[in-house]
Amino acid sequence: MNTPLQRVQGLGASHSGTGHFWRQRVTAVALVPLSLWFLYVAIGLAGTTEVSALVFLAHPWNAILMAAFVVIALYHAALGLQVVIDDYIHTAGSKIFFFLLVRFAVIATGSTCIFALLRIAAQ
Amino acid sequence: MADNPQVPGAQQRPLSPHLTIYRWPVTMMTSITHRATGIALSMGMVVLAWWLVSISNGPEGFESFHAVVDTPLGLLVLFAITWSLAFHFCNGIRHLAWDLGYGFSKEASRQGSILVIALSVILAVAIFACVWTGHGGYLR
Repeated sequence: MNTPLQRVQGLGASHSGTGHFWRQRVTAVALVPLSLWFLYVAIGLAGTTEVSALVFLAHPWNAILMAAFVVIALYHAALGLQVVIDDYIHTAGSKIFFFLLVRFAVIATGSTCIFALLRIAAQ
Repeated sequence: MADNPQVPGAQQRPLSPHLTIYRWPVTMMTSITHRATGIALSMGMVVLAWWLVSISNGPEGFESFHAVVDTPLGLLVLFAITWSLAFHFCNGIRHLAWDLGYGFSKEASRQGSILVIALSVILAVAIFACVWTGHGGYLR
């Protein structure tokens, strides 16, 4: 899923070609149906007990869809936040600090979600 | 990396008129709001993680989550996340349409901005109204 341009030598000023742009779009397209599904779930579980949520999320398809939503949404978030940092932070040190902060936060949030989903599935 | 335009010493150079001098067109509003809602949704992912963990922690965990979320402030935050998702979703589709080459004219982007603002508010209010009038919870 790479553009021909990315394969050429010398990937422009960013040294990464259109990779970031393209991933942002691919995750965005994936998130269109996943967000709608998430909304259906959030409304459907609103006002119910934890047993309803547990039974629903323990179902394999629902667990897989929720894991996909979490991972892709966090990937999309990391790409988006990187652009925000690129635009507003101008010193190299702070830039690296915030890049690392975003990446660590995203991985921490993602692994927490996946662990919770596994724990739900095991119950 | 390019030279930092904000280093001392570089301050005497003339700068082009910045944000504060322009009358804000609606397209500028939706552009910055797309970014702001994206940041808000990134933080919303932490709430989602907390919700999933609370479910996995059994009745007490779930109650501790609801003890915070069911307060007026909690509901306000939840509504803010809901509207952010509605806005970022609608405006994101607009972005994807642009990527395909549609809706670039001045008038189309103005109308698209207004449409996205209206639609996102309607969507967020509809979602909350749906739950408040007892139409949610169908996955019981």
